[in-house]
Amino acid sequence: MKKKRGSSAAELIEDMFDGATVLVGGFGHAGVPDLLIEAVCERGLKALTIVTNNSGRGRTGIARLIERGCVAKMVCSFPIAKEGYVFKEWYAAGRIGVEVVPQGTLAERIRCAGAGLGGFLTPTGVGTDVARGKKVIEVNGREYLLEVPLRGDFALIRADAVDPRGNLTYRMAARNFNPIMAMAADKVLVQANREVALGEIDAEAIITPGLYVDSYFSAEPVRRAKAA
Amino acid sequence: MTIKGYNKEDIARRVAAELQPDWVVNVGIGMPLTVLPFVPAERDIIFHSENGIIGMGPELADPTLGDDDLLSAGKRPVTLIPGGCFVHHADSFALARNGRLDATLLGAYQVSESGDLANWRLPSAELGSIGGAMDLAVGAKRVLVLMTHVGSDGTPKIVKTISYPLTAQRCVTKIFTDLAVISVTSAGLVLEEIAPGLTIEDVQGVTEPKLIPGERLQFRSKESGPKSVAL
Repeated sequence: MKKKRGSSAAELIEDMFDGATVLVGGFGHAGVPDLLIEAVCERGLKALTIVTNNSGRGRTGIARLIERGCVAKMVCSFPIAKEGYVFKEWYAAGRIGVEVVPQGTLAERIRCAGAGLGGFLTPTGVGTDVARGKKVIEVNGREYLLEVPLRGDFALIRADAVDPRGNLTYRMAARNFNPIMAMAADKVLVQANREVALGEIDAEAIITPGLYVDSYFSAEPVRRAKAA
Repeated sequence: MTIKGYNKEDIARRVAAELQPDWVVNVGIGMPLTVLPFVPAERDIIFHSENGIIGMGPELADPTLGDDDLLSAGKRPVTLIPGGCFVHHADSFALARNGRLDATLLGAYQVSESGDLANWRLPSAELGSIGGAMDLAVGAKRVLVLMTHVGSDGTPKIVKTISYPLTAQRCVTKIFTDLAVISVTSAGLVLEEIAPGLTIEDVQGVTEPKLIPGERLQFRSKESGPKSVAL
């Protein structure tokens, strides 16, 4: 089962459509599929629902996607941050919607979708604003909120190594949401730091089995920090 | 009245002293990250960062150094201790909720007498950022709060009832401020320590609920004058 190997980010996102729900990996600047995001900006897709942790820093990444008018709604845990102002401006102007989700609930809703489950019970958020409209279920004397799965039409994934079967490894804290998002979307598109030959990744080290991946391309990352 | 107490470094040192050998401790963004440099390595505490780091070391002083893929929850470059490892986000928060965290260090806008915590949205703001705070507050065995004792306008942040949007109910264990260390107990708020030069009355004056003087403070009042407080 060989995967579609693309030559560019633009080629990978050809099938994406306006109004799609897109899961985007990354936490801070680690594990962000920046070239895939850039390609979506360039294509000028509209009315996307973006599921990701943060709303972007400065004018880069998700912030740029918002600024280019691609995003109708954000589903995230941390929309307002010191380093991000684009989301704030667009929200204040009524040009973008948001669903703020506790980070663990966001991760578990995605995992749940990838695991084929219908929902889960979490103690997180009981008695708070996020409990509004949700069913409270008591189990063994403790209250839990019923949370439902969160699935994407597409997932944009940043991996470290990819092989021709689409098997993936991740690097350090760049792993974050990527492995669970890779299991929770209809089409999984991967930007990897490097492509390696079949068999070159130790089978024990593969984190995302290639069967989840639809297409990939690789591009050497541009380092932000100087080497220590 | 302006009261001068502990500075930020004093608070970080005091919280560091609270962390026991072999604990697993989550560190949130902001003030909590200042605690790490004051924890002696021989205590072998495992620091957890919500973005999937188990065994996080201190932030690097020079943010241009370090590795792009190794960040704190505050998005700054950190280090990994020998034997540290990484998990994905769902596993990172499984760890937060499943009782394996001995403590989480969080900032706060308000803490109530019963230990309710508010730290994600100001009532004046239409939106706020929850991040991992709600999961960590309900999941960790101990919630240690680091904050200034009063708001910038002088209003008490330790209150009878939370008026800000709630993060989690009855979760706070101890509060570390620039003026005092206060435990949340079933009997009420126990004043454990106060900053040098201050009296019980000074701290009570800027705290809404009644404070119960702890054993170490029972005889300390305006009359007897301040005694030194071990840091």
